[in-house]
Formats: sequence, C-alpha cells, structure tokens
Amino acid sequence: MTANADEVALYLKRRARWSPFEIAFWIFAFATIWLFPGKYLILKDTAILALFALSLDLILGYAGIISLGQAAFFGFAGYFAGLVAKYGIINEPVIALVCSGLIAAALGFVTSFLVLRGSDLTRLMVTLGVSLMLGELANRYSNITGGADGLQGVEIEPVLGRFRFDLFGHNGYVYCLIVLFICFVIARRIIYSPFGLSLRSIKGNTLRAAAIGVPVKWRLVAIYTVSAGLAGIAGALLTQTTAFCSLDVFSLERSADLLLVLIIGGTGYLYGGLIGAVIYKFLQDWLANLTPQYWQFWIGLVLVVIVLIGRERMAGWVRIVRSLLVRLGTWLMPRLPALGGAAPDGR
Amino acid sequence: MRRWFFLGAACAAAAALGTAGGAQAQDVKIGFILPMTGQQQSTGRQEAAAAKLYMAQHGDTVAGKKVTLIVKDDGAVPDNTKRIAQDLIVNDKVTFLAGFGVTPAALAVAPLASEGKTPEIVTAAGTSIITEKSPYIARTSFTLAQSTVPMADWAAQNGIKKVVSMVSDYAPGADAEKSFKDEFTKKGGQVLDSIRFPLANPDFAPFLQRAADQKPDAIFVFVPSGQGGIFVKQFVERGLDKAGIKIIGPGDVTDDDLLNGMGDAVVGTITAHFYSADHDSPANKAFVAAFKAANNGMRPNFMAVSAYDGMHLIYEALNKAGKTDGDSLIAAAKGMAWESPRGPVSIDPDTRDIVQNVYIRKVEKKNGELYNVEFATFPNIKDPIKAAVAK
Amino acid sequence: MLTILYDGIAYGMLLFVLACGLSVTLGLMNFINLAHGAFAMAGGYCTVFLVNRLGLPFALGLPIAFLITALIGGLFERTLYVHVYARSHLDQVLFTIGLVFMSVAAVDYTMGSSQQFVQIPEALQGQFEVDGIGMGKYRLLIIVICGLLTVALQLILAKTHFGSRLRAAVDDQRVARGLGINVGAVFGITFAFGSGLAGLGGALGAEILGLDPTFPLKYMIYFLIVVTVGGTSSITGPFFASILLGIGDVAGKYYVPKLGAFVIYAIMIIVLIWRPQGLFARGAAR
Repeated sequence: MTANADEVALYLKRRARWSPFEIAFWIFAFATIWLFPGKYLILKDTAILALFALSLDLILGYAGIISLGQAAFFGFAGYFAGLVAKYGIINEPVIALVCSGLIAAALGFVTSFLVLRGSDLTRLMVTLGVSLMLGELANRYSNITGGADGLQGVEIEPVLGRFRFDLFGHNGYVYCLIVLFICFVIARRIIYSPFGLSLRSIKGNTLRAAAIGVPVKWRLVAIYTVSAGLAGIAGALLTQTTAFCSLDVFSLERSADLLLVLIIGGTGYLYGGLIGAVIYKFLQDWLANLTPQYWQFWIGLVLVVIVLIGRERMAGWVRIVRSLLVRLGTWLMPRLPALGGAAPDGR
Repeated sequence: MRRWFFLGAACAAAAALGTAGGAQAQDVKIGFILPMTGQQQSTGRQEAAAAKLYMAQHGDTVAGKKVTLIVKDDGAVPDNTKRIAQDLIVNDKVTFLAGFGVTPAALAVAPLASEGKTPEIVTAAGTSIITEKSPYIARTSFTLAQSTVPMADWAAQNGIKKVVSMVSDYAPGADAEKSFKDEFTKKGGQVLDSIRFPLANPDFAPFLQRAADQKPDAIFVFVPSGQGGIFVKQFVERGLDKAGIKIIGPGDVTDDDLLNGMGDAVVGTITAHFYSADHDSPANKAFVAAFKAANNGMRPNFMAVSAYDGMHLIYEALNKAGKTDGDSLIAAAKGMAWESPRGPVSIDPDTRDIVQNVYIRKVEKKNGELYNVEFATFPNIKDPIKAAVAK
Repeated sequence: MLTILYDGIAYGMLLFVLACGLSVTLGLMNFINLAHGAFAMAGGYCTVFLVNRLGLPFALGLPIAFLITALIGGLFERTLYVHVYARSHLDQVLFTIGLVFMSVAAVDYTMGSSQQFVQIPEALQGQFEVDGIGMGKYRLLIIVICGLLTVALQLILAKTHFGSRLRAAVDDQRVARGLGINVGAVFGITFAFGSGLAGLGGALGAEILGLDPTFPLKYMIYFLIVVTVGGTSSITGPFFASILLGIGDVAGKYYVPKLGAFVIYAIMIIVLIWRPQGLFARGAAR
C-alpha cells in the first residue's frame, strides 16, 4: 500500500530532522574544546561514558532489552585495542578502533541468543554473568592480559600520524568527541528508519509486532549486535586514550554505573545517555572533591531524591522554566536592535 | 524541554567547576591518590590518617615552602587514578604524587610521572616491577617478595618440610606463590600443591579441605588484607590447627587493623612482615600513640606506616634538594636512610625501592589485645626479585 | 567427599536465608529491591555491636538482629518504599542502588572501614568428627537454623490465614484487593519479615562471608543469582536453587579449583537458558 508507505516515509523524514535543540547541544559540545581547557580529562571520560550509555540506550530504550552486560563488550574491545597496539598488529588508532568495534559486535552477535528469552530479571542476570565470566577469563589468562596488574606496555601511535595523545588530554578529548558524534549520527540514523520503528513496536508489544510480520528475533539480534559494537568502540577509546586496560572494565560496578547514568538521563530519546553521563560524572567528581571518603552517601541521596521527586514533577519544573525563558525571549527579541544601537521601527 | 533543562544544568555544573586560581611558586602540593571507597577502602583510610598525622606533627612548611596535602579517591579503579593524576599534574601542578592502593593504579600513572617529571611515591602497592616503570617512582611501602622470601627461609630453617601454598588468584597472589616456592624449594623444602582461589571468594571451605587432605606441615597463605581473618577462622573451624598444621605467610593475613577482632583463634599464627604495631622502638611507640590519639583508638597498620614514611621521604627530599623539580627531588630521595616506626629503612639508589628489615612474628595476647610479636629479624632486605635479576 | 557436600549445603542454606526475602519481595510486589544486601549488612553489624561491644550472648544477638532489621525494614517500607511501588523497574533500581550507596557510606562513617568479626561462643568453634566426616559446628548451626526457618516459612505459607492471603496477593493483586484482602498490610509485613531474614542471614554469615561496609555490593550478585535461578513464585524454588548453587560452587572449587569462579556463573547461565523463568517457576505469569 504505497499511500501508507509514503506517510511513514514522510513521518520519518520529519522526525529525523535535526531540531534546534540538538544543533545547539552539539555546537555546545564541540565548543567545550575551547571553553574548558582545564577539564579535558573529565570531559573525555564523560564522552566515553556517554557513548557507552548510548549503546545501552539503543537496546534498553528502543528495544526493551535490559542488560547489565555491556561491560563485556566494553572490556573485550578494550583489551583487543590494547593488545593490537602493544604487539604492533594494528598501529593506526582509527583502524584499531573500527576493528575493535567489529570484534565487539561479533561477540554481541554470538551472545545475542542469550537475551532473546526470559523476563527482565533473567536477561539482567544472564548478561551480567557473561560479563563476569569474561572478567574471570581475563584474570585466568593473565599472561596475555596482564591480569590484575593490567595490560602493560601499550603504546598508542598518533592518530592519523599527527595527533599524539598527550598529558593534557586535548587530542584525546577531541578524538573521543568526534567518535562519539559519528556513532551518535549512526545510531540516530538507525532509530529514525523503518528498522528503528519496528524496534519500538517490538518494545511496545512483542506479540503484536510478531503478528504483523516483524521478524522479532532477527531485529533484536541486529540491534544487540550494533549496540555491542558501540560499547566496544567506547572500550577501545578508553584503552587508546589511557594506554592502559585492566580487569575492572568487566566489573559489575561499570555496568551498574552505566545503568544509573541512563536512568538518570532518561531512556528512549538518545540524548538520555549523553546528558546522564554529564550529570553523573560531574556530580561524582564534585562530591568526591568535597569528601573523598563519603561521597557515595551524597550520590546515593541524590539518586533517592531524584526518584522520590519523580520525573513528571521535574519535567513540570522544566516546562515552567522553559516557558519563562520563551517569554523572556519574545520580550527581548524586538529590543535587541535597540541594545545594538539602532532604533526600533516606529519608536 | 527536558533536554534543554539538563543541558543548562550541565553547563552550569561544568562552569562552576572551572578550576580556580593558579598555584603560587612557593607552594608545594602533594597529591595523595588513595582508594577511599570500594574494597580497598580500609587502606585508604589508614594511609590518609597517617599522612595527615605526619603533617600535623611536622608542620606544613618545608624548606621555606608551604606544603598542602590533597587527598583524592580513585576507588582503586585505574582509569580513575590516571585521570585524577593527570588532573593533579596539569591543573593543581602538584610537586609529588603519592599513594596508589593497588598495583594497576601505580602502573597506570607511571607514564604520567615520566612525562610530567613528577615524582611518584608509591605508599601501598606491592608488586616488584612497579619501580621499573618510570625513573620518577620511589616506593616506601613494600614488595610482596620482601616478606615471602624470608618466610620461606625461616620455615626451611625451622623444621617445616612440606607446605601447601594457598593464594588468591590474582597477580600479587601469583607473585607470592612463586617467590615463596622458589626460595623454599631452594632451601630444601617441598611445596606439595599450589592452590589458588578466586579473589571474590565467599567460602574457603573447599580449598582448606583440599589442602588438609594432603597433610602438610604448614599452609602458606596469601590473601588480600581483610580476608585473612576469615581464612584463619575457617582454618581453626576445620580443626586444622589441632591436626598440627601451621599457618605461615606474609603479614597481610594478620593485618594490625583487624587483628584484635579476629579472636583467639589466630593466636600462634606465624607471619613475616616489615611492620608490627608492637615493634619495640621509641619511634614506633610514639607513632602508635599519636595515631591512636588522632584516630579514635584505631591502631596503625603496615599501610599507615608506609604513608607516614612516604611523607617523611617527601619532606626530607624537599629539604635536601632545595629545588622543586622532579629530577632533583628523585635524586635527593635516592639513598635516603632514616629510622622509621617500623625499623631502619633506606631507599635503594639503584632501584628506588625500599630496603627494610623483615621480622618473623607470632600472634600473642598482650594486655588483653592481640599483637604480632616479633621474635626474629632478617635485616636490610632488598626486593629479592629485582636483586635476583641484577645478579 | 561428604564433608564437601556438608559444606556446600551449609553455604547454600546461608544463601537461602539471605536471598529468600528478596525472592518474596520480587515475586510479591514485583519490586526489585537491590538494597536487600544492605539489610543483611545491618543485621550483621547489629550482631557485632550487641555481641562484641555490649557483651550479649550470641544466642541472644541473633534474634535481636532479626527484630531490629525487621523493624528498620518495616519503617523504610512505610516511609520510603511505598512511594516507589508504582514506578518502573528502572526507577526502582535507581532508588534502591541509591539506598545501598547511602548505607555503605553511613556504615563506613559510623563503624569504620575494616572487616568486623563476630565473637562466636566457644561451643560453636571447631568441628565434630563423625565417621571420618568433619562437620563444622558453626555450619551445623547454620543448617539447623536455616532448615527450621524453611520449614516454618513453608508452614506459614501453606497453613495460616496470613499465608493464604500472601499467596493470593502474589497470584493476582487486583483480585485479592477485590476480595477485601489488605494488600498494603500484607506487603508491609512481608517486606519487614524478609528484611529481618536478611538481617539474620547477615548475622549468621558474618563468620563465613565476612562483614565490612562493602558487603551489599559484594554479595548482591549471589542473592540475585539465587533468586533468578530459583524463580520468584515460591519458597521451595529459591531453596533448591541455593542448595544447588551452594553445592555446585563448593564442589566445583574443590575438584577443579582452576575453574572455581566460573562454576556459579556457568550454572546460572545454563539454568537460565534451559528454563528462563527459573527452575521452579509456575507458568509465565509475568
């Protein structure tokens, strides 16, 4: 039925247009390179966390698969990137990055069948189990991975032969930010496509989606694979920019932090992971500076308060703030030329 | 819209965190990176307390410069450590980096120490190779082999012929197992079996059973401090002490921090280590008394004394060097010797690692409290692994 | 070796006592309470305080730990948890992890970061030798207490009014409410009881598992494994699951120490692939 197909295409095209907020967001994101020269390191870590959270959002927010096992792909690709750099198998970091992503995607493909069945809790535990088992494997083969000491002797060549990762973290941050943006655009393209729509239908009602002919199993496998690839790229970024990789990439803490980040930011609109990463990372850093020993208490309190206040109420406040700002804007706009010196018309 | 609000909040947060004013040329900042949260948090707690104690006792002015202590938590996660260290070097412009509760943390920061020419004083991590990773690293804590090799020597000299080695399955455990085994078999002993258990191990029962089945004279054990108490308790629960099996190992098992709570089951355990809170010297008595007074009666352990000595090394290096650049400070640190609460120590000029006495101790009850009482001394032990390579 | 079997059963029973409260909460209220481990820790620290500092006998310390933790659980439920019942699972995860962080830091602040050791009475130290099988006395206590508890729980569920109300509320909350069952009160009492059990488990387990402020984070995964493998619709499910996991873990570590850590995860994954709802789940109600 071509009429329906046209409608869908039109809808998708409209949704896929970049809204002014998105453009502003990314302009600001890239502007941080010049705005905050002292903060490259935490910004870089935030960018990596954001990419990692984006990968989880793809499966959690859009396909409804809850997973504590993204760390498996993160760590797997992280060690891969470290090993290829250490043994000089792939010297150019960008190529190594792409290969790490592909390897992680392969692992995702292989393990995807585990998440197809079962309830939320089952998926949670199975993915976590895989991640922890990989961690144990990495510990067992410490002659390759360096075990608890971490992977030693990783030396990363300058990106594209020119940009070395230095002490100040500038190049590292720009590298991570660009990779984040590219992956984001890819994810966005997937979401605003018929494939992405079918994912949302699967999340909404799997039975009905299957009934109208959506190949549920293969769609889930596909998105899980892509998500694993993105998580892997995040892991490889971490190894490349820190020239180090250790066992805690597989830990429960990493997966749990990821889930927290995504829940804070909100799932299902792609920016949740990014915004959650910024809030969580900066909040944690600020609190840890204030009280190195007990910052966990305050973060816990913030989390509890966020949930108790509830997202609807916070969205309500946002709406109030936004409407105030819009009103300010409409009041200000005619007066801007006056501020610049020119007289407004007719006055 | 939600994202705009959060975007705004994120901007505000980021802006508010913009680093404040630059450091003055006369300021010396010491960046202590410790695990204050997570599994290793007791290490962080002991070390932070000891560093603060040293500063309280010796003032905050050294060689005409004001000294500030910055303590940061890395949760023993190496990418945190690296980021915090980078931040400290670039933004806070620290003169010294110190701490490092686990080996990967120390190793991750080594390239930064080299690139930033900042001395890295390791006051906790214990793997031998750490000091080789950068010419700016000096250590005031210990290496595991410094304790395990004398333990093997003593055991061989004292009638222990057959040993089952039981260690946690991670790099320090493997180090301990290997260094003990090599030395023990060299001195004529026999290691019947080498058992490794997972690091996150809730129950030692099956492994203890397996070890007991082989009827050794002693079990050599290494576990991260914290699990030592559980291990010894389960050892006693199975009646292995009554079967005549001794426990030997590095002193991590009978950590002073926890010793008192372990109960009478641990009396008689023999360990080899470089520090006991019971060490009979005026320097130590003063240290323990001051530490307890400042920390609610908490007893200092080997981590605390390592941090205390780390601060001493920093202060003395500043005094001796007169300048605050990394090269002069490390040069000043090499070869430095002093009387620490643990006994006489020095920094080996070739390896920049610590040279110290290792004592054989037995757990005894004194005045209603449990202490590791020293009864034999192996003086001036250098790190055996590096020493063997140097030969 | 029968000693290993014995050890495994003891370990499994301990896991059961710790995890069954979580299983009931999850099955009953469909509420993911990741802070369950914090209640266990609270029970452990209560006992440490009562027995070590105040000098109460161990036999008294255990039931008091149970009561205190049950009270705390009931209090939290009425004041905090009740606001979060209607939220999504993700929000519940966030909320309870926040509680865990707070409890870990609070305990660290008040009781210190080091491991705590409960002073168990002389009578419980050491082991019996029966027919060449070494049976640890303390582990015997665990088996006895946990066995009695399991029987008691099963009886309560099957033979009392409260039990039938609980089972009705688990099966179908709306209909139960329609029948006049005060589901809110059932929730509250069950939650308190489950937390009390966790506290008791923490107190019992301090001797074997250790006790420090990071206890909830370290052991949460084991509770979750028990609950997932056992299914959430009965008591017997988690019971058999914990025995299986306990024996599997201990035996695996004894016979094949190299694979020691893998065994428990491998068992879990295999069981879940074979039976995604858990070993003993009754139909796919959720």
